Amino acid sequence: MAEPIKIKTPLSDEDVQSLKIGDSVLITGKIYTARDAAHKRLIDLIEKGESLPFDIKGQIIYYVGPAPAKPGYVIGPAGPTTSGRCDPYTPVLLSLGLKGMIGKGTRSKEVRGAMEKHKAVYFAATGGAAALIAKNIKAVKIIAYEDLGPEAIRELEVEDFPVIVANDTHGGDLYEEGTKKYRK
Amino acid sequence: MREVDYNTIVDAVARLCMDANYYLGDDVVNVLKQALAKEESETGKDILGQLLKNAEIAKTEKIPICQDCGFAVVFLEMGEDAHVKGNIIKAINDGVKKGYTEGFLRKSIVSDPVKGKNTGDNTPAIVHTSIVPGDKIKITVAPKGGGSENMSEVKMMKPADGIEGVKNFVIDRVTRSSSNPCPPTVIGVGIGGTFEYVAFLAKKALLRDIGQRNPDPFYADVERELLEKINNLGIGPMGLGGRTTALDVFIEVHPRHIASFPVAVNTNCHAARHKSVTL
Repeated sequence: MAEPIKIKTPLSDEDVQSLKIGDSVLITGKIYTARDAAHKRLIDLIEKGESLPFDIKGQIIYYVGPAPAKPGYVIGPAGPTTSGRCDPYTPVLLSLGLKGMIGKGTRSKEVRGAMEKHKAVYFAATGGAAALIAKNIKAVKIIAYEDLGPEAIRELEVEDFPVIVANDTHGGDLYEEGTKKYRK
Repeated sequence: MREVDYNTIVDAVARLCMDANYYLGDDVVNVLKQALAKEESETGKDILGQLLKNAEIAKTEKIPICQDCGFAVVFLEMGEDAHVKGNIIKAINDGVKKGYTEGFLRKSIVSDPVKGKNTGDNTPAIVHTSIVPGDKIKITVAPKGGGSENMSEVKMMKPADGIEGVKNFVIDRVTRSSSNPCPPTVIGVGIGGTFEYVAFLAKKALLRDIGQRNPDPFYADVERELLEKINNLGIGPMGLGGRTTALDVFIEVHPRHIASFPVAVNTNCHAARHKSVTL
């Protein structure tokens, strides 16, 4: 496998446009967690014209609801959840400048279209590798919706967080192309 | 009649919840190693390697394999000559509460499907009880993740559809599930019984260890054939393309009504969590 590409958040249009499906990427910097329940609340804020709990421009959202941290740990196991549940809310966030998403599983046509239009990438993390992935999370802060428990919005400080580019800004879809390549 | 203490049940269930979440079965570890050796996709190899490394970390540090620590699905085989002092279902739920709280496992259960909030302790458990001969109590805890459960389905087929219809349905279900259930998956298939019982059969099938074939050679052959066909779909680890889409396929069957042909597919992730104890 080719050497992984290292990127730092926040991301610029140039950063995301240089990425292609199949690229192995290591992310360093701040990223934000949100699952569908938190997305619903973000969209409600946008509809009411209120500001979001974090500046979304250039940022990456990670679809995750971590397990509780054992004493001595900053976070419990924290692998990706199914991204498709966030699809109905995603195009609006992309139009506001969201540049990346980390999750597992395919995205809707609408999300893929919005990614091409607004220049954003979708990264796949390994579902079920939650204990391993948590090692790359160095700090955690709950910034909104604590009442949602594992579904609260958290700001994560990550270092060399390992992902694979699944959808790029050029319309590439690794789910489709990868499956086609290995189908017998 | 043999008496079993309430707290014996509570402690056993708590231990099983933790063990099932921390320790990937040796059968799964072995089949993942075999898959890694055969996988052709570079991305696929990377992912299978991550799953093996993840299992090692979880085991060494006693932390969950996955952040989704599942719905606590419990199979209770109650010996007819055994008796628990107190309510055994309550004891199981107290065990789940203890295991998920003390074991730092994620609580994923919402009290009411439409109006509810997180119950905060992962209760209630889903308990499937059967009465068996003897004075022992066997308890199996099989924590079930939401992502793979969502890729499951029951279909009331026609008797005329036969085994070919079953095969087509299973392949179609896996194809439509694509990347969502965190492939490589383990596939449980139920055939026969009634609408609700066939889903139970598919769930029960997931309790088998990798490689354990149906004792009927006819169904054992169908299991092998389905596994090969699924792995030829190209979906691969995490759906990003490759040779390893499922680790095994298990079929459980039951007599059916002359008019009905229920078939169920219950999808599990690679972790295939299940741990048992006999008290």
